[in-house]
Amino acid sequence: MLSKRIIPCLDVREGRTTKGIKFQNNVDIGDPVEMARFYYEAGADEIVFYDITASHEKRDIMIDVVRRVAETIFIPFSVGGGIRTIDDMRAVLLAGAEKVSVNSAAVKTPEIISSGAKAFGSQCIVLGMDVKYVGEKENIPSGYEIVINGGRTYMGIDALEWALKGQELGAGEICLNSIDADGTCEGYEINLTSLISDNVSIPVIASGGAGTPEHLYQVLTNGFADAALIASMVHYDNYTISDIKNYLDDKNVKVRKSW
Amino acid sequence: MIAIIDYEAGNLASVKRAVSFIGYDCVVTNDIDVISHADRIIFPGVGAAGTAMNSLKRMGLDKVIVEFFNSGRPVLGICLGTQIIMGFSHENNTHCLKIIDGTVKAFAPDLRISDDICIKIPHMGWNRVVLSGKHPVFEDMQEKDEFYFVHGFYPVPDDLNHVLGVTDYGIDFASVIAYKNLIATQFHLEKSGRPGLGILKNFCRWNPC
Repeated sequence: MLSKRIIPCLDVREGRTTKGIKFQNNVDIGDPVEMARFYYEAGADEIVFYDITASHEKRDIMIDVVRRVAETIFIPFSVGGGIRTIDDMRAVLLAGAEKVSVNSAAVKTPEIISSGAKAFGSQCIVLGMDVKYVGEKENIPSGYEIVINGGRTYMGIDALEWALKGQELGAGEICLNSIDADGTCEGYEINLTSLISDNVSIPVIASGGAGTPEHLYQVLTNGFADAALIASMVHYDNYTISDIKNYLDDKNVKVRKSW
Repeated sequence: MIAIIDYEAGNLASVKRAVSFIGYDCVVTNDIDVISHADRIIFPGVGAAGTAMNSLKRMGLDKVIVEFFNSGRPVLGICLGTQIIMGFSHENNTHCLKIIDGTVKAFAPDLRISDDICIKIPHMGWNRVVLSGKHPVFEDMQEKDEFYFVHGFYPVPDDLNHVLGVTDYGIDFASVIAYKNLIATQFHLEKSGRPGLGILKNFCRWNPC
């Protein structure tokens, strides 16, 4: 049976990991390649890099990071943030990423999903969705709306409709981030996750709100997520990936325990 | 020298990086002469069977791979490569290399992993492999090891003796095929961490008799 995936997420700005991450064992806390190695050896099933470099001119720095990560870890990893064109996708994939994630560019130009899937295969294309609860409205029947710019811009698009459209256009996976839960460490948005996961036939990675292993248990069972994104709960040494996997394993959630 | 067959099917650099990482020389190539003179070949690939077979034929690589196999030197198939060695693929109704008799089928969307949950397609993520016999390339594999899969189709050899390992995803399918000097995995050895690199290393020093 397929294991539920536990996926650390690293934010990278101009080639350095951000968030003031604390680490032991002489890991260079600012180097995304060292961080990737650390999580690879600690049992991560996959790693997500999110490039938050503001300036487009400095994006080549990220390509170099991707190349060095690909020479260092031998599990899948994806890269998102600032992917606007097929050429952006190609650069990241050729540098060695397994998948590329599109978010706001896909909201503005949905065809980037279909052309990406056609050029590189659906399995390479992850649709990143930032979602806020706004209550049920005529144009937002599910009550969940797509937002961009870190939640500042409401797009008037229903999250469930967008997920189904993304799947139809050829996305191979959805990374579903709740802006309401993000950064709270109080748990994933279970209702949102189960709504999307129940209605699409592609895998869903839950994102936003992880603070304890119980939160992962909830989203992987009641939320029907296929994978769970984690950040501060492991970056700040509160839990190791082994702690989380042991907890899930004890509660009969299938996870990969040998690496 | 190990030749990684380049037939425009996905990012073969990841296989090259993994082979280099474990300390073996390899070259990604579509040069018939280089492939014919290699010590062993790796036949990877991501994508659809129809496009892949068309590329192989156009480049003249279909015959070269079969001849290489017939020479007795070690051949490793990975993912799409493991499907292309079969006789026929239901993906684009494609006639393939037929090194192994059998077909390639699609996962049925109504397969279930529990009473109320259908499988998602593609089969993407980490899963186990249950071996039905011993093989030098798999001698270090532990029962609890898991491997990274991404695929919507799976091989079905006619002769069950060619199935070395099976994986459960709604059904038990052949995830490892072994026949003479050929070993082939449906999962990505190059993306499966320590267990994957271990198998890759064993292949790189395997001398089938």
